[in-house]
Amino acid sequence: MNKTTSWFNVTSLVLGFAFLYVPILILVVYSFNASKLVTVWGGFSSRWYVELLHDEAIIDAAWVTIRVGILSASFATVLGTMAALVLDRYNKFHGRALFSGMVYAPLVMPEVITGLSLLLLFVAVGFDRGFWTVVIAHTTLTMCFVAVVVQSRLVTLDRSLEEAALDLGCPPVKTFFLITLPLILPGVVAGWMLAFTLSLDDLVIASFNTGPGATTLPIKIYSMVRLGVTPEINAISTILISVIAVGVIVASVISHRSQVEKEKAERAVFLAG
Amino acid sequence: MAERGTQGMRPFVAKWALVAVPYLWSLMFFLAPFLIILKISLSQTAIAMPPYTPVINTLGEFWSKLTDFSLDNYMFLGEDPLYYSAYLSSLRIALISTVLLLIVGYPIAYGMARAPKSVRNALVMAVILPFWTSFLIRVYAWIGILKPEGLITIALQGLGILGPGEQIHIYNTETAVFIGIVYSYLPFMVLPLYAALEKLDATLLEAAADLGCPPMKSFWVITFPLSLPGVIAGCFLCFIPIVGEFVIPDLLGGSGTLMIGKTLWAEFFNNRDWPVSSAVAVVLLIILVVPIVIFQNQQKKA
Repeated sequence: MNKTTSWFNVTSLVLGFAFLYVPILILVVYSFNASKLVTVWGGFSSRWYVELLHDEAIIDAAWVTIRVGILSASFATVLGTMAALVLDRYNKFHGRALFSGMVYAPLVMPEVITGLSLLLLFVAVGFDRGFWTVVIAHTTLTMCFVAVVVQSRLVTLDRSLEEAALDLGCPPVKTFFLITLPLILPGVVAGWMLAFTLSLDDLVIASFNTGPGATTLPIKIYSMVRLGVTPEINAISTILISVIAVGVIVASVISHRSQVEKEKAERAVFLAG
Repeated sequence: MAERGTQGMRPFVAKWALVAVPYLWSLMFFLAPFLIILKISLSQTAIAMPPYTPVINTLGEFWSKLTDFSLDNYMFLGEDPLYYSAYLSSLRIALISTVLLLIVGYPIAYGMARAPKSVRNALVMAVILPFWTSFLIRVYAWIGILKPEGLITIALQGLGILGPGEQIHIYNTETAVFIGIVYSYLPFMVLPLYAALEKLDATLLEAAADLGCPPMKSFWVITFPLSLPGVIAGCFLCFIPIVGEFVIPDLLGGSGTLMIGKTLWAEFFNNRDWPVSSAVAVVLLIILVVPIVIFQNQQKKA
């Protein structure tokens, strides 16, 4: 590469990442603003965080959101991993095309359609809207993302280990839990985290499917944003951003370390052999 | 399987359950809702208006209701120019945004793919990280920046480009919607592009350069065509959900921006007209079926 192109590359990276990060940075900085006006800097203060702690509606909403996220991400991880196994292993069964269609379509389906159609299902069967309808809705949405993540892990899996276990008489279900699952675990964990953050993030689908007593944090934030920009929203946003950033960085460090250890072990085996 | 037949039915049952559980879940909570939405879009407004009684009390009733349907809601969509222009406007905004995303995303993905191998993973991580933080929060962040008394105005006044009383009006315009969309969807465009560009064999470019091909030309002759799978994947991944986007036009676009996701939301939550909002959703789905099918075929090939 010559100098002009590398200069171009560096510039586009710097501008690109500035575009991605500066708005978030501004948001975080203004959450520590003493002034009630979001755009006028009135000195450093943590009063909005203190006020948040006393806002019961927000704490309730956060609690609902976390419970919905953990439950739906767990269901979605089980269902999505199963779906990924089916798509990876069974090439021919009746309705495979429909199945893979149903797995991939929600990835791009506009949320207003998914949300409205699920709501109409719940109404049609007379299921009261509330906490569990949001959990079911999020499970349905996020299992597709889990399936995609796990499937990409399954594709790179060495099948000979499983075959060895099966040949030695290990039953398929046991083989899955002893051999396959540990090998695809990083994908499964990544899938769970993705499902959890998607659930944490969702406004549209939750708005359609929620009911009394099941106001999630995005629904609450949205109603606050509609009334105007306040430093309190900046404070909630900052907390959410930090929690997620820490989670993602820890997860990536762990997966990087296990990767490094795996390579080390492989090298040791190679040298010993 | 034959030699393990002595183990009885358990492997067969396990296999069957593995397919059946996610299959039934998807049928029940993904496909069935579409059939219901179709049904309700075809029911008379008076029947389905809230307080809405369940459509299916008994199976027999369900079949009898299936036979009485009307196209009233669709006729209504056709008569009112609001819906027609909302669809067109959504498609136009989605198309322009996708092109903008490609223009903004391509240099970033290119820079990432050309970066030293040691930092590439960190760069990918840095693109994904904002995607993990809330969509709503990222859109909200732009309100403070774009508002008439917001940070852009303050910055421009500070630089002396704007006078003390002057303000910049981007908030509540289509420009703000484009900024919000490009910002929110950028990772969806950059990552497939990066995946395609990273696989590119650099020796091809060296060979072209050795043979006297100018860099610009070798980009258009070699790099761009080889990155086309990434371009296509990125464009579909952005275009389809943008057409039905609700949060961005609602928060940044103001009343002047017409998008069908907003119309559907308003029909449902403000007008409480469920059959009409169902019809809006069905038509939106019909519009998107072609790109979704193309996208899925693309996914299968990859």
